[in-house]
Amino acid sequence: MAKQPKDPKDEAKQDAEAPEEGAEPRREGRLSRLRFSKKKDMPGGLWLKCESCSEVIFRKELEEKGRVCPSCGFHFTVPGRERIAMLIDEGTWEELHTDLTAIDRLGFVDSSPYADKIERAMKRTGQSEALLCGSGRILGREVVVAILDFGFMGGSMGEVVGEKIALAAETAARDGKPLIIFTSSGGARMHEGILSLMQMAKTCAALDTLNQSGGFSICVMTHPTTGGVTASFASVTDLILAEPGALIGFAGPRVIATTLKQELPPGFQRAEFLLEKGMLDAIVARSEMRETLAKLIDYAQGPPSEVVPTPPRAERDVPATH
Amino acid sequence: MGLSSAFSSPILVPRTREGLQIVAKGNKKKKTAGLQGSTGGMAFERPIEEIEAQIAELESLSLSTRLDISGEIEALKARLRETIDRTYTELSAWERVTVARHPKRPVAADYVAGICDDFFELHGDRAFGDDQAMMTGFATIEGRRILLVAHRKGRTTKERLECNFGCAHPEGYRKALRKMRLAEKFGLPIVCMINTPGAYPGIGAEERGQAMAIAENILAMFSIRVPIVAIVIGEGGSGGALGIGVGDRVLMMEHAYYSVISPEGCAAILWKDGERSPDAAEALRLTSKDLLGLGVVDEIVTEPLGGAHRAPSVAMAEVKRVLLRHLDELATFPVDTLLARRHEKYRRISHIEGRFPASPLSKREGDSGEDGPPGGPRRSAPGAESDSTLTSQLESAEGNPG
Ligand SMILES: [Zn+2]
Repeated sequence: MAKQPKDPKDEAKQDAEAPEEGAEPRREGRLSRLRFSKKKDMPGGLWLKCESCSEVIFRKELEEKGRVCPSCGFHFTVPGRERIAMLIDEGTWEELHTDLTAIDRLGFVDSSPYADKIERAMKRTGQSEALLCGSGRILGREVVVAILDFGFMGGSMGEVVGEKIALAAETAARDGKPLIIFTSSGGARMHEGILSLMQMAKTCAALDTLNQSGGFSICVMTHPTTGGVTASFASVTDLILAEPGALIGFAGPRVIATTLKQELPPGFQRAEFLLEKGMLDAIVARSEMRETLAKLIDYAQGPPSEVVPTPPRAERDVPATH
Repeated sequence: MGLSSAFSSPILVPRTREGLQIVAKGNKKKKTAGLQGSTGGMAFERPIEEIEAQIAELESLSLSTRLDISGEIEALKARLRETIDRTYTELSAWERVTVARHPKRPVAADYVAGICDDFFELHGDRAFGDDQAMMTGFATIEGRRILLVAHRKGRTTKERLECNFGCAHPEGYRKALRKMRLAEKFGLPIVCMINTPGAYPGIGAEERGQAMAIAENILAMFSIRVPIVAIVIGEGGSGGALGIGVGDRVLMMEHAYYSVISPEGCAAILWKDGERSPDAAEALRLTSKDLLGLGVVDEIVTEPLGGAHRAPSVAMAEVKRVLLRHLDELATFPVDTLLARRHEKYRRISHIEGRFPASPLSKREGDSGEDGPPGGPRRSAPGAESDSTLTSQLESAEGNPG
C-alpha cells in the first residue's frame, strides 16, 4: 500500500488545477509530474526520490535511462515528446492536427474557468492538447501513432483527444498502416461534461472502422491509465501491452479504497496484476518497446520488405463512414 | 446509515460483492442532498406536500362532517397543480438529479410489468455469474418482440442491495453483450434502459476487467446488426451507462440525468467539497434539456406533471409510445444504412461544423450516403471549410453552453 501512487484522477485534477505558470510542482520526487523544460531550472534540483522505491536518484541518470528508475526499474510517466523521441525513427515523425484545441462549450467554472485551465496547460506544455498524433516509422515500419501526454491536464480525454484518436484510427485505415497508441490518463475530462463521455463512443466507433478496414492496432498502457480511457479505445485494440508497474484500472485506487474503507491488496491494478488476471497480452519494458512493436507489426503484416503497398481506399471494400 | 448516505457517495457503493459493509464517502451531513422522508427528502417538494396534506385533511373533514367544502378542495387542487408545475419547471440541475434518484421513480421491473406484454428473463454471462444489476431478456411490447437490456435498481431495500443499487460488475456488461449478440442472431431489435449511478468500483470488478468489459460493449454495439434504442430512465452514470448506451436513437426522460461523473464525485474532486454537488451538477450540464441541446440525445420523453414518481403508469405509457415510434421507424432501415448512420452519429456527435478536419475516410463530394427513409439523424458532410470559417465558429462557440 505504501507504494501505491496517488489516484490518477486526483492527479489529473491537480494538473488541471495547475500550479500557476512557472510555479514549481508542489511535491518533490513526483517524477511523473515534473517537466524537464529548458526554460526553467529543474524543479527539485539534481536529485529526486523515486515514488516507488524511495531511492534517491540522480535526475540526469533517470533521464538517460528513459525515466526508468535505476534502482527498482519503475517506469515513470514519459512526456509525449520524449516518447516520440524514444520510439520513432529519427527524421520520420510527421505530426498531424497540431492546431486542434479545446473549447469550453459548457462554460465550466470550478476554482477557475476551464478556458483558463486550457490556456495554462497549453503554455506549460507548449502543446495544443493532451494527445499527440502523427505518422512515422518504428525501426523502418510505417505506423500511425497517438500518444496521450499525462502532463496536459492529466492526459484527460475531451473532445479534441477523442477526435484526434478517431482521426488517427481513420488515417491508419486509409493508409493501411498499424495504429500504435500510448496511453497515460486520468480518464475523461470532467470539464467537458457529457461531451467527454461521448468520446469513449466516438473513439470506439473509429476503432471499429479500422478493424473493418482490415487494419490493426496496438495499445501500450503506461503509468497511469484509468477511467474513461481504459474503458474505451485503450481496451479494444487488437493487442494490449503495458509497461512494467503501470497503474491500470477503471476506478482509481483511491476511489476504491475510500469507498470500500479497505486497504487494497499489494500490486492491485498494476500491470503485473492485470496480466495475471488475463487482461493484457504482454508486459514490455521500455528498453525493449521499439523492437517488440516492430516484431508484433511483422507478425501482423509481414516484415517491411514483404509489405505490399495498400491500394487507395476507394478501390478497397471498406465499410462506409461518410 | 441508510439510502441517503449511500446516495451521497461519489460513486455509490452501498455493498460489495466481497460482502463488505455499507459505507459512504464522508460522514459530513449534507444540507442539500439526500433522499429522506416521504418525498425522498426533496426540499422543493415541501410546499407541494403541504397542499397535499391540506387537501387530504379537507377531504376527510368533508367525509366525516358531510359539509360541502368541494369548492375549497377544488381550489386547493388547482393550486396544487399550479405549484407542482411551477416547481418542476424551475428545478435546478441538482434537484433534477434527486428526482432521477427518487425511490418511487419507475425502475426496469416496473417497465417490464407496466409496458411489456411478455418478458422472459435470460440470466448469466456463461463465464462468471449472473449480475443482478443487469437485467436481460426477451420482451414483447405491443406485439413487437425485442431484447430488453436494463440496469436493475430494485424497489425494496433488499432488492436494491441485491443488485448493488444498479452498479453493474463486468459480468453484467458481458451478460448484456452475450444477449445482444443473441438478439442480433434472431433479428430482434434491442431496447436498453439506462439507470445506474455508475459501474461498480470494487476489487472484484477491477480483477475481472470492468474497463475492458465496458469498452468491449461500446465497440461491439457499433457492429450489432439490429436496431438499438437506448433510453435513460433515471440515472445515466458515466461509463456504466454508456456500456449499454450506444444506440441508433438515444432517448432521455425529462427528469433523468446523464453525466460523465456523479455530481458528488465531481464536487469531491474539483471543488474538494462534497457539499458543492449542486454546483457540480449545474456545471456538468447533465439535464435532458442540456443533452438535447448538445446533440447527445435525440429526444426527451416528457414526464407527467411533477415527475414520473407521481404518476408512474402515465410516465411508462409515454415511454412506450415513444419507444414504439422509434422502433417502428428504425425497422424500415436497411441494416447497412442503420450501421453506417450509427457510426456517423457517434463519429460526429455534438460536432460544431468546421471545427474538426474532415475524416481521412470521408467520401468525396456528391457521394450521398443517405439511402434510408427520412427521420434519422441528419448530418451534413464535414470538411471543406476555410480557416476563417473555423476561426469564427470557434469564437462563436466560446462560452456557449450549447
Ligand atoms: Zn525506484
